[in-house]
Amino acid sequence: MKALTDAHVGEVVKVRKNTAQDSLKERLLALGLTNGADIEILRKGPKNNLTVYNIRGAMIALRGEEARLIEIY
Amino acid sequence: MGLTAQSVKIDAMKDVFDIVKTDSQHVIALAGNPNTGKSTVFNYLTGLKQHTGNWPGKTVVSARGEYSYNDEEYIVVDLPGSYSLFTSSKDEEVSRDFICYGDYEAIVVVADATCLERNLNLVFQISEITNKVILCINLIDEAKKKNIAIDKEGLERELNVPVVLTAARSGIGMDELKNLIEKITFNSEKRKPAIITYDDYIKSEINDILPHLEDLNISNIRWTALRLIDSNTDIFSINKEGHLTVSQAKKIKEELNINTDTIKLREMIAEHNYNYANELKQKYVTEDTKKIKRDKKIDDIITSKVLGLPIMLLLLGLVFWITIQGANIPSQMLARLLFGIQDKLSSLFVQWEVPMILHNILLDGIYRTLAWVVSVMLPPMAIFFPLFTFLEDLGYLPRIAFNLDHMFKKACAHGKQCLTMCMGFGCNAAGVIGCRIIDSPRERVIAILTNNFVPCNGRFPTIIVISSAFFAVYSNAYVNSLIPALFITLMVLFGIIVTLLVSYILSKTLLKGVPSTFTLELPPYRVPKIGRLLYTSIIDRTIFVLSRAVIIAAPAGAITWIFANIYVGDLSILSHVANFLDPIAKTIGLDGIILMAFIMGIPANEIVLPVLLMAYLSTGTLTDFESVDHLRTILINNGWTPLTALNVMLFSLLHWPCSTALWTIKKETGSIKWTLLSFFIPTAIAFAVCFITASLYRLIL
Repeated sequence: MKALTDAHVGEVVKVRKNTAQDSLKERLLALGLTNGADIEILRKGPKNNLTVYNIRGAMIALRGEEARLIEIY
Repeated sequence: MGLTAQSVKIDAMKDVFDIVKTDSQHVIALAGNPNTGKSTVFNYLTGLKQHTGNWPGKTVVSARGEYSYNDEEYIVVDLPGSYSLFTSSKDEEVSRDFICYGDYEAIVVVADATCLERNLNLVFQISEITNKVILCINLIDEAKKKNIAIDKEGLERELNVPVVLTAARSGIGMDELKNLIEKITFNSEKRKPAIITYDDYIKSEINDILPHLEDLNISNIRWTALRLIDSNTDIFSINKEGHLTVSQAKKIKEELNINTDTIKLREMIAEHNYNYANELKQKYVTEDTKKIKRDKKIDDIITSKVLGLPIMLLLLGLVFWITIQGANIPSQMLARLLFGIQDKLSSLFVQWEVPMILHNILLDGIYRTLAWVVSVMLPPMAIFFPLFTFLEDLGYLPRIAFNLDHMFKKACAHGKQCLTMCMGFGCNAAGVIGCRIIDSPRERVIAILTNNFVPCNGRFPTIIVISSAFFAVYSNAYVNSLIPALFITLMVLFGIIVTLLVSYILSKTLLKGVPSTFTLELPPYRVPKIGRLLYTSIIDRTIFVLSRAVIIAAPAGAITWIFANIYVGDLSILSHVANFLDPIAKTIGLDGIILMAFIMGIPANEIVLPVLLMAYLSTGTLTDFESVDHLRTILINNGWTPLTALNVMLFSLLHWPCSTALWTIKKETGSIKWTLLSFFIPTAIAFAVCFITASLYRLIL
């Protein structure tokens, strides 16, 4: 199973499943991380943890801990 | 950052839910995603100066203002930005409750033209609640720059809500917006917004519930049914006429045996919304991908792994360098002017035969302290604030948060603590309120307790002036100001290190836990409007801070003078106090008068330096301030060494929060314990650090 953290900078991937729970899930959904959404990986931050994604036209940074919960195709 | 007359006013901390209004006034709500320019729209409509800035989460409390249009009075409520009605941070709850249950006659959803797809989600959610929606697509000027074209008519047709394209910064489209607000308010434009059609599963779930709601006198039964299947009953906790109550909701859920997986349904609904948003974007928005790459290129440098931090420090140093370099001469000119006036006033007083005691209190006490405040504080503030506001408006703050995140994570603190820390640079009280953007109570308290470790507006000038008086030692003017700039940068850096250390220690002891999740939006860079920027930073911040300082400095000046000139035994009261504090103060490399000035500065840190100078000058021979060099002489004459200067700066950076900040902490945490800790932790650290530097200094020299 591939997670969002496995994708490389420059790739555009599609969300397969958002396995986050509770309030994090709601927050990610609110940002547009729904099943089938296209996400572009823009840049990795310090320690390769925080990563910037293009989600629905906005630049959103997620930590590895959160991005790992997003399964991609 | 976040500091304005508005944000520090007590009213701003009250979350307006029930709007006080007269019968003839109409309430208009402003909603939207974070950072779409709601505050700019609000300011344009109401003429108020709500602080604006390019970063999500800047507005955490709702503000209200008024305007009139065609002889009708409107009250505008600027709600904190939210991505969705169903997320759970404190500031977003304020918006949700108002949008779902507030008594507004029109609601303007402000959307970012450069990021419409994401913004439409909230538009759909609000359209499900009310018919009184206006879609205001703001930042259309930014969109144009990026070659993004929006088919307004197409969207209007499809959504069936009135749409207006605006650039609130320059007033574009704002008349049309006012016009639409009027039309919606007076029902002269009746529309039923198009709502999302869900799939059969959701439809059948709703249809089962609808009949049970029909007799309950509920204003929006479809929305209520949806929330019964995708939310827990808390969403009904506001008891209001025309809405379901929690107990009714529980009863219905039980009777109909609704035990849907709420989060699953929420996900399905979000998917529907976003798919539709994407469809609309494909149809009605055309964009030029080449232009969008601009931000990416800038970010490749600003947030690069290697250059990110050095650039940040360099920028910070540059801001201080410009401030010191620029403040010197205006400071001298102001001093000459103001102390010149004092001499004139003095001879006038003599001429008018004003009693000597009054003459002294008014001129040597009050006037001179005020002259100090203005000549020492005004020039650095007038340069520093616009520079900082420029970085803020540009969108640099979230990038700082991005660059520093791994450190905050290591300290087990919330990623957004970096943003609240940046707010503290403006005003710690505002920073403390800003901590509402942090969901987790544990991390919120950590952010509140450590906010004080970045120097606020009130303390910056003290640090700037002392470092430029003491650490500029070369004859070359440019090199001269480099060293103080470096010093201040190191001070700020040290403050950040203390923040991280204290956060870490708190997370391991009193506030145990692991960092909670966080998401950070990096807004597009926006070139600030220079006029607007100067206005906010000079009028709103500089004058505001200065006037606060002046109000407190006047009585403080009088008291200091009286204390310095009333003798008990053969020493003045001032000397008694100073002598009393001297032993403690000496062990940490300060003197009794400095410590006294810090104590007198509890109401406002701005007055520490003026009171200090007053105390020195009113006891000894009268010397007047002519330049920063002169200041150095005054300080040295009073026994200052480089250690004293260093420790005054460190003490100023680390010591207790001012009374406004403490009061705000009490209000925000609702706990005496945390308020006391927020006083004692910094105080203990300030004493400890100054003790260490003093001991080291004595050891070496």
